[in-house]
Amino acid sequence: MQFYSFPNLIRRGLRGHRDWTPAWRKAEPKPAYDVVIVGAGGHGLATAYYLAKLHGVTNVAVLERGWLGGGNIGRNTAIVRSNYLWDASAHIYEFSLKLWEGLSQELNYNVMFSQRGLLNIAHSEQEVRDLARRVGANQLNGIDAELLSTDEISKLVPILNTSPHTRYPVLGGTLQRRGGVARHDAVAWGYARAADALGVDIIENCEVTGIRTANGRVTALETTRGEIRAGTVGLVVAGNASVLASMAGIRLPIQSHPLQALVTEPLKPVFDPVVMSAAVHVYIHQTDRGELVLGAGIDAPVSYDLNGNFRIIEHVLAAVCELFPIFSRVRMLRQWAGTVDVCPDASPIISGTPIKGLFMNCGWGTGGFKATPGSGWVFAHTLAHQEPHPLNEPFALDRFTTGALIDEHGAAAVAH
Amino acid sequence: MLLIPCPWCGPREDDEFTFAGEADIPRPADPDALTDEQWADYLFMRDNRRGRHREQWCHTAGCRRWFIVERDTVTNEILGASTYGNSS
Repeated sequence: MQFYSFPNLIRRGLRGHRDWTPAWRKAEPKPAYDVVIVGAGGHGLATAYYLAKLHGVTNVAVLERGWLGGGNIGRNTAIVRSNYLWDASAHIYEFSLKLWEGLSQELNYNVMFSQRGLLNIAHSEQEVRDLARRVGANQLNGIDAELLSTDEISKLVPILNTSPHTRYPVLGGTLQRRGGVARHDAVAWGYARAADALGVDIIENCEVTGIRTANGRVTALETTRGEIRAGTVGLVVAGNASVLASMAGIRLPIQSHPLQALVTEPLKPVFDPVVMSAAVHVYIHQTDRGELVLGAGIDAPVSYDLNGNFRIIEHVLAAVCELFPIFSRVRMLRQWAGTVDVCPDASPIISGTPIKGLFMNCGWGTGGFKATPGSGWVFAHTLAHQEPHPLNEPFALDRFTTGALIDEHGAAAVAH
Repeated sequence: MLLIPCPWCGPREDDEFTFAGEADIPRPADPDALTDEQWADYLFMRDNRRGRHREQWCHTAGCRRWFIVERDTVTNEILGASTYGNSS
């Protein structure tokens, strides 16, 4: 792997930048691997990286039916935070946030992690009470969280309409200063490059069409590029988890929905933190390029359609114009959707399955991006040891049978 | 936007309706006899099909009646609607 550094940039620059090599190989599938990971998105590539780096498992393939990073890792709104309510989620997201804080150095790849702060605003007395409860829970878990008054919010984000005579009065809010955003594509590319350097094969245009089992054990995957044998398989997909699991005869508690986002034309810097409102289904931040990134809520009907319902856009833009009157004439540049796999408790499944050797890390719903490093870390542990790490033990598939759900609708359902 | 064919009111904008998930999941006839696994399957597990999907809708802002729509979940094409008990 070519090390990215300032001296290296100068040295190669003097030679006309002619000897840079691709950041990762285009690997051809081998007949067999120790571990096969399905899905070259953020979570899958992070899993492969930590498997090779921390567990010495390098005979690993990552299969991708489309192109690397073309799924939800490239479709999310890039927000990172850890202010979840329940212990199980708080622990895994905070673990992840700590990994974010060193990720660019770890990968020798600038993921542009920017801890600009993350503000949740409340529009009703009950919401203020709910946020106060969440701040308390966060602080007990050692996560930075502050309760802010309307005046403090107004100082932090002067362009936010905090007048009491508005449709969505801002009655209070919470701030996680360590929250922020990261460059989502760079996360996929950085993990891909680092995993490839450790010997992992990343195989694009390779769709899994069947899962072979024998005596209750996974033995191989059928793919559009032939059969690939593996004793351990990790399904790390979004927007197709139910379809893949059904190939192994497993039913999942997942429903898939389109989740939309939009980007505006670039503006000069106008506000610092990410601003989120759960009640009006809006979250917004300004990128380093100056564009505003707006996120919406999901389309209610189950769908794998990648357009999304225009009604959702109308709703988001109406709310943004109400909260930020200054943006009322900003033009939208593009809109897109991703398919999100939502579990009934808005928490992911990072777990073994009834089939030995077959594991899954999916169902991240609307907010998996922030967990990318931690998710890959715990799933690599799970695959290497064939049993979960304490951090992901609560996220087992059998919680839907035991009833030990991790109900994060308050912290996760809208706010990504 | 989806145009939902209400069997009683005709095609209307989806804004008037409430989506209520997969159809054909009957309430257990003898709840006391169910194992935890069977409860989990009834309450939480879904086919979540890519393609033809039978689903429940209620015309909340119209006639307030429930019915079944068949829709392709990839293209969002509406393939038909039926009332409970008899197809149309």
